[in-house]
Amino acid sequence: MSADELAQAITVARALEETGRLVPGTAAPDADALVEGYRRLVSARRLNEQAGALVRQGRLAVYPSSRGQEACQVACASVLADDDWLFPTYRDTAAIAARGVDPVEVLSMLRGDWHCGYDPTVHKVAPQATPLATQLLHAVGVGHAARLKGEDTVVMALCGDGATSEGDFHEALNFAAVFAAPVVFFVQNNKYAISVPLARQSVAPSLAAKAIGYGMPGVRVDGNDLVVLEQVLAEAVGRARAGQGPTLVEADTYRMESHTNADDATRYRTDDEVAEWVGRDPVVRVKTYLTAVGALDEAREQRITAAAEEMAASVRAGLGTEAPVDPEELFAHVYGTPTPQLVEQRAALRIELDGEEA
Amino acid sequence: MSKMTMAQAINTALRDAMTADDSVVVFGEDVGALGGVFRVTDGLHRDFGESRCFDTPLAESGIVGVAVGMAMNGMRPVVEMQFDAFAYPAFEQITSHVAKLGNRTRGRLRVPVVIRIPYAGGIGGVEHHCDSSEAYYAHTPGLTVVAPATNADAYGLLRAAIEHPDPVIFLEPKKHYFAKEDVDLASPVLPIGRAVVRRPGRDATLIAYGPSVPVALGAAAQAATEGRDLGVVDLRTIVPFDDDTVCAEVRRTGRAVVIAEAPGFASVASEIAARLGERCFHHLEAPVRRVTGFDVPYPAPKLEHHFLPGVDRILDAVDTLQWPDSREVTA
Ligand SMILES: Cc1ncc(C[n+]2csc(CCOP(=O)(O)OP(=O)(O)O)c2C)c(N)n1
Ligand SMILES: [Mg+2]
Repeated sequence: MSADELAQAITVARALEETGRLVPGTAAPDADALVEGYRRLVSARRLNEQAGALVRQGRLAVYPSSRGQEACQVACASVLADDDWLFPTYRDTAAIAARGVDPVEVLSMLRGDWHCGYDPTVHKVAPQATPLATQLLHAVGVGHAARLKGEDTVVMALCGDGATSEGDFHEALNFAAVFAAPVVFFVQNNKYAISVPLARQSVAPSLAAKAIGYGMPGVRVDGNDLVVLEQVLAEAVGRARAGQGPTLVEADTYRMESHTNADDATRYRTDDEVAEWVGRDPVVRVKTYLTAVGALDEAREQRITAAAEEMAASVRAGLGTEAPVDPEELFAHVYGTPTPQLVEQRAALRIELDGEEA
Repeated sequence: MSKMTMAQAINTALRDAMTADDSVVVFGEDVGALGGVFRVTDGLHRDFGESRCFDTPLAESGIVGVAVGMAMNGMRPVVEMQFDAFAYPAFEQITSHVAKLGNRTRGRLRVPVVIRIPYAGGIGGVEHHCDSSEAYYAHTPGLTVVAPATNADAYGLLRAAIEHPDPVIFLEPKKHYFAKEDVDLASPVLPIGRAVVRRPGRDATLIAYGPSVPVALGAAAQAATEGRDLGVVDLRTIVPFDDDTVCAEVRRTGRAVVIAEAPGFASVASEIAARLGERCFHHLEAPVRRVTGFDVPYPAPKLEHHFLPGVDRILDAVDTLQWPDSREVTA
């Protein structure tokens, strides 16, 4: 490992300054592509706000918001090809939507449904994982199977800073490195695992630095900078596709809201700390840049806002109605064919329900 | 018909499945060049190559988690846990994902993974090398749990497990690995979920699975010399449980003893006894008895023989089944 490789795992890479100016020496990003990125950022932000409102109205059971992390959400989806796979967590609703899945379907699980809502095989998006870090191994399995079959699929595997302390995080990175599996591990380091700060998860110089121990590149980036995220993640995807194995990318970002609506972040962090990150907002940063270079006029901005409003309205409509629930679904998918015991239990429930109706 | 050990029968099943279906891959700890610590995967790496049979890093959760992902991407992984008591690091993957993924996706992603586990005792294994872990798996909805008792069944049931659309926990009784029996490889793939009557009997029914089946048969043979005609049902599959076959036998005899090596409390044996109580009560002449391991950690070799259900303990239980005086053994 060279000094450069160590440096890129520890130093935060950035393309756009917090002020929205390009970091000196950075090539200007393609303006049209960045306007598209901005459109996605606005949509992701709107989705976070809409979902939060739906929780308050009792339409969603719970919502872990990615407010403040929208650049990560957008970038990890936009660098993937159609046949690639995304492995999201409970916090990555906006990333799944950015991948093209209808947000109404994505929100099924958080609404309290018994299934993930979308068909994982259509958009190649795994069900949102809640048991921390466990999904990273599945990502490695999908990638390794693709390699064995001679397919050039790449897998984007997401997790948080807290999840890097789990055993499955270690096992997944190690497996992926040993088998040169085409996986990009993307850690959104938002500084907290519910209430527990990063310092209690790790004293490593960075989370990306952990890659070095597994023999893969680690890259640390500004997680509120869409431009650098897309660049670094696209490079990692390219390496994976070319058969050069996995990469660990750590995004330095911040969870602007509480862990979920059920949490109270004032118990464990200060307003001052939160305020510092307001100035680093990922959506504003891109907007400032695009406006300054003349790529975002009023009309364009309005179209983008209107599209986001339209999406939000469709989410409200989709979650505004209670879809009928079939109690027999309890038994339908536990096995491909229900066991005789489940057939009996289903019949018993049916009799019970018929009795209630009578 | 050929004579082979259970290790060879399972090896043959793996070979035949790998030959029949390119998506079958075998992996785990030491399963490659070594052929597994019990030699079950002997020669597979040599004959099918690194892409079909490979060693992994030493990480059970990793092995099972990667298998889930490979199954999501169209493969049929057959993974080996090196020992029953070393499968626990994978427990989270098994209960949260292997067992639930089909349900969580409304059947859109099924998990045709087979997890082979060298299982149970009787080999004099030192600490942490033996356990009867079937209850953990049987208690987890979504898992199919298979426990062959004969070498022929090990072949037929493993072929079925690999073809099965749902995940299967395949419990291989270690003490059978190196014992030779006749195996008819032309025999069809056995159905999952069906028990078999190993020995018909008029007086009472012994119910067993895996390593306890030969012990039950031994008890039945001994009882026959003493004038008592005991039947033996071999479950073959623990989940789904074959209520029909088991209940039919017990209703005929009116007496039942369930035999298993695992500690009895909250066990598969307890579940069977409860089911018989619920379903066969009016046919029963006596309470269903259980002969199981004690509720202690799996004992070291020096104490193991006190722990494992044996012929005498089974026959003692049979003696308590409230026989009418006229049927008391006279021999
Ligand atoms: C194995 C496991 N343990 C505990 C939890 C409960 N839990 C849910 S989210 C969370 C914090 C995770 O933090 P991090 O990985 O940083 O992700 P973030 O929520 O910040 O996105 C915890 C402890 C869980 N889901 N899974
Ligand atoms: Mg976090």
